[in-house]
Amino acid sequence: MRHDHLLSAGQLTREDIEAVLDRAAELDADPGAVGDRYADTLLALCFFEPSTRTKMSFDTAMKRLGGDTVDMGTVESSSVKKGESLADTVRVIEGYADGIVLRHPSEGAAKLASQFVDVPVVNAGDGAGQHPSQTLLDLYTMRERAGLDDLTVGIMGDLKYGRTVHSLASALTNFDARMHFVSPESLRLPRGVQFDLHDAGARLREHTDLDEVLGELDVLYVTRIQRERFPDENEYQKVAGQYQIDAATLEAAKDDLTVMHPLPRVDEIAPDVDTTEYAAYFAQAHNGVPVRMALLDGLLDGNGAGDDAAGDGGAR
Amino acid sequence: MSDPERELRVSKIRDGTVIDHITGGQALNVLAILGIDGDEGVGVSIGMNVPSDKLGTKDVVKVEDRELSQGEVDVLSLLAPEATVNIVREFEVVDKKRVERPARVVGLLTCPNHNCITNADEPVESAFGVVDDGVRCEFCGEIVREDIGDHLAVH
Repeated sequence: MRHDHLLSAGQLTREDIEAVLDRAAELDADPGAVGDRYADTLLALCFFEPSTRTKMSFDTAMKRLGGDTVDMGTVESSSVKKGESLADTVRVIEGYADGIVLRHPSEGAAKLASQFVDVPVVNAGDGAGQHPSQTLLDLYTMRERAGLDDLTVGIMGDLKYGRTVHSLASALTNFDARMHFVSPESLRLPRGVQFDLHDAGARLREHTDLDEVLGELDVLYVTRIQRERFPDENEYQKVAGQYQIDAATLEAAKDDLTVMHPLPRVDEIAPDVDTTEYAAYFAQAHNGVPVRMALLDGLLDGNGAGDDAAGDGGAR
Repeated sequence: MSDPERELRVSKIRDGTVIDHITGGQALNVLAILGIDGDEGVGVSIGMNVPSDKLGTKDVVKVEDRELSQGEVDVLSLLAPEATVNIVREFEVVDKKRVERPARVVGLLTCPNHNCITNADEPVESAFGVVDDGVRCEFCGEIVREDIGDHLAVH
């Protein structure tokens, strides 16, 4: 993959995706395969929103590559609290690190950051926008479990604000996938995402009831209905129960259905699914490390001692 | 016999630009998108919702002593796709510019998505790509199809 930044899944071709997934598989099998090329490489973790999996897996990935991370810490403990602009923050951090992983509550934040720095920027979630590195690990998990072609994928839950959904749907247009979107009317896919999917010639259908399509699915990608988005608790209660699954629900599914979830979950997947053959969500989370290792390997110039005898490359 | 009201509407200008066949009600937005607010000292005449054989009603804007560039004409297309632009010198139309949709518009519109980073206090101009029937924010992907004039950054 040869991109300066990873800002959205829309910039990824099938070739890009397969290159990252293939490399992830290699690194998964042999984490030491990169040698010490990243020994002098630093990755900045700039998380303006809370995160467990994404932040820790990028941290782990960089360290598994032999490099290290610097962490901005929480917004409350940073200069952001003093009113510093994002543009200024990333310009300062560019001087410390060889790449920036950015999570931010505003849509388009990573794109903005990329316009102010020369080091690679990875969008680790921008508001309700995009989360492309999550998509790569989602696709890695899908490929391991079900392959990536001739797939029928159901995506259920909060499709309006779900950035993982937006990125995944975009990436799936590179493959022979039929997409079924299941959500309450109030949480349907945004107009911009639908525009892109139609523009890419995607085969998609929208549903309000999982039962309409469950039996056809090879993959069911579940996301949390975000209670806090509903202005009226009664409106939330009307839809919440329809979007929970348990082992009994899945009796109507194909035997080889793969159930995925970007996590964290609350109550949308009952614990009794965890021990079934359907459940892939914990393996999916674990896949974040090799996939992000592969992603960083493609975006960062590994210029540590292993490749650079003069030793003048690496972290600033 | 001359009709004083009609004469006022159509009186010729010596030098400048006449923008005709603007969608009814959009004249002020056209001026805004061109950055004309009256402070320039040039004469500006506006006819709003005047009868039109072609459009039913239309707006007309005449700007004296200023000739619009092709770039300025192009952004007009977002608000007034049917507009015609005539460059006038010594009372004669010396050039008719065609309105064409630009590929993108920068710094002219604000994104209606309040959570878009361009609405935060950041040192960037908004940027919109022009799509089939509207414009699309290059930062957050928000699509604006109707009432583009409501999102003019120069308001």
